[in-house]
Amino acid sequence: MIPLSYYLTLGALLFGVGMFGALTRRNAIAILMAVELMLNAVNVNFIALSRYLPNSTLDGQVFAIFVITVAAAEAAVGLAIVLGLYRNFKTVNVDEINLMKW
Amino acid sequence: MTAAFNPGVDTLHALPEVFLCTMAIIVLILSFAVPDRRGWMEGLSVAAVVGTGALLLWQLGEPVSAFSGMYLVDNFALFFKAVFLISTLFVILMSINYLQLERVPVGEFYAVLLFSTLGMMFIASGGNLLSLYVGLETMSISIYVLAGFLKRDRKSNEAALKYLLMGAFTSGVILYGIALLYGLTGTLDIKQTAATLVQMNLSNPALLLAMVMLTAGFGFKIAAVPFHMYVPDVYEGAMTTVTAFLAVGSEAAGVAALLRVFLGAIPQIQGDWAVLFWILSVLTMTVGNVLAMAQRNMKRMLAYSSIAHIGYVLIGFVVGTEQGISAMLLYVLIYEFMTAGAFAMVIYLRTETVKGDLIEDFAGLARVRPVAAAAMVIFLMSLTGIPPTAGFVGKFYLFGAAINSGYIWLAVVAAVNTAISLFYYMRVAMVMYMLESPGPVSVSSSRPLYAALIFAVLGTLIMGIYPGPFLDLAQASLMGLMK
Repeated sequence: MIPLSYYLTLGALLFGVGMFGALTRRNAIAILMAVELMLNAVNVNFIALSRYLPNSTLDGQVFAIFVITVAAAEAAVGLAIVLGLYRNFKTVNVDEINLMKW
Repeated sequence: MTAAFNPGVDTLHALPEVFLCTMAIIVLILSFAVPDRRGWMEGLSVAAVVGTGALLLWQLGEPVSAFSGMYLVDNFALFFKAVFLISTLFVILMSINYLQLERVPVGEFYAVLLFSTLGMMFIASGGNLLSLYVGLETMSISIYVLAGFLKRDRKSNEAALKYLLMGAFTSGVILYGIALLYGLTGTLDIKQTAATLVQMNLSNPALLLAMVMLTAGFGFKIAAVPFHMYVPDVYEGAMTTVTAFLAVGSEAAGVAALLRVFLGAIPQIQGDWAVLFWILSVLTMTVGNVLAMAQRNMKRMLAYSSIAHIGYVLIGFVVGTEQGISAMLLYVLIYEFMTAGAFAMVIYLRTETVKGDLIEDFAGLARVRPVAAAAMVIFLMSLTGIPPTAGFVGKFYLFGAAINSGYIWLAVVAAVNTAISLFYYMRVAMVMYMLESPGPVSVSSSRPLYAALIFAVLGTLIMGIYPGPFLDLAQASLMGLMK
């Protein structure tokens, strides 16, 4: 069987990639995608832990389902906000959306 | 294991939430059938909040754990739910006239507002990291919508986007922290997490990493420096009533989540997180107050002021004793009234033609509307912490708790910060009383807004003059949270 540490490493790497993307990308949609990557990294962790922990329950897998559901809701609201923003700004580049500073 | 699942009885324990959710859905459905200006939505929303409050009173008594420990009814939960419902009531009263000025769909606004309150109530009752997380997201996603409610206003769009991106990123960080904690303890139940940690090696790096991630995540939610970057922009861009809701409701919910998780699940490593929060508290107070001095926009100034106040609230958290935490709860309650009052004044100045969110817009108010100006002075005094207002009492107990536990330097920094804050709060009072308005001063008169103002003034003064019962209330609310 594949050892737990492989899954946790995969989760950590995915989370790192997601975080890097969220911090460096300038396109609002790309940032949202990077955040999804972070959430899915957490899901990998939850499911692997739930499977490998001694006397484990299904808590981790249930949590992953909830994370997926919440992420879907967040994406729906997020895309609606980005769409509304695009109508007014004609761009989704976060560097150009800076009416307010300090 | 925790108590067995009993659908009938358990649902009864969650009756306030069931009622609020039902009412929110009814408001949402009716908003498509009834024209906006009939006042139905407002009436139904107020009824929803008042009804939920009445159901909370019915829950007073022995602590209950329902849905296999997912949902707790204890004094702590009831205290925070009362705080949330009061803030929602404030926001509804302020919105009734304001929404017509901004020309936004009324029914949807109230429905989303009630859903957000529902999420907050689940946070306060969260006995399990899963239910706490779902509550947190229900609240946040609703607030993303509220922040962007002015679809044609570019600032509102920008506020929504910034809040959404920051909030989504934060949830990822919090979730990773929860996953680590789950991996270490094998449970998501908050009480069991603490019980498992007792037998563990507490210097485990994974545990510390989980703590740091949770600190960063909740730091974002309560807007502690250095995680505050989005706050001023969101406060300025969103509708003023939404800003008020963010300041009083969502911050209180963040504090509730923070207390539930840190005091409930990882109290064993309090020594470690107290150091982290000591730094956060000092940074938050100082940066908030210093940057507030430079603001010309009232909403932005109040944003930095709310950051500074979170810094004060964190003092109680650093201290971590029963005295400290109860002072913290009392401060959250007091802060709610004085800040809601200050935002109600900003809304008071919003008319068809004037946006009213600049500090200059307050010029000459004392001559035209002396009573309203006097109310504003009371809120400003309270925000500064001058007796006989509630803000003084709140700070007195917080600083007292810090000194009693030997955090002298923290109290000194907080006192210096209070002196700094005097400058920018009193500048608003100065503008109202000393400056002449260039044009005629116009205000929006609306009975519900007056009601909100009177309620806020009464709260601020009563808690300032006679704080005893409220302190007892805060102390009693710790039952179920601390051992």
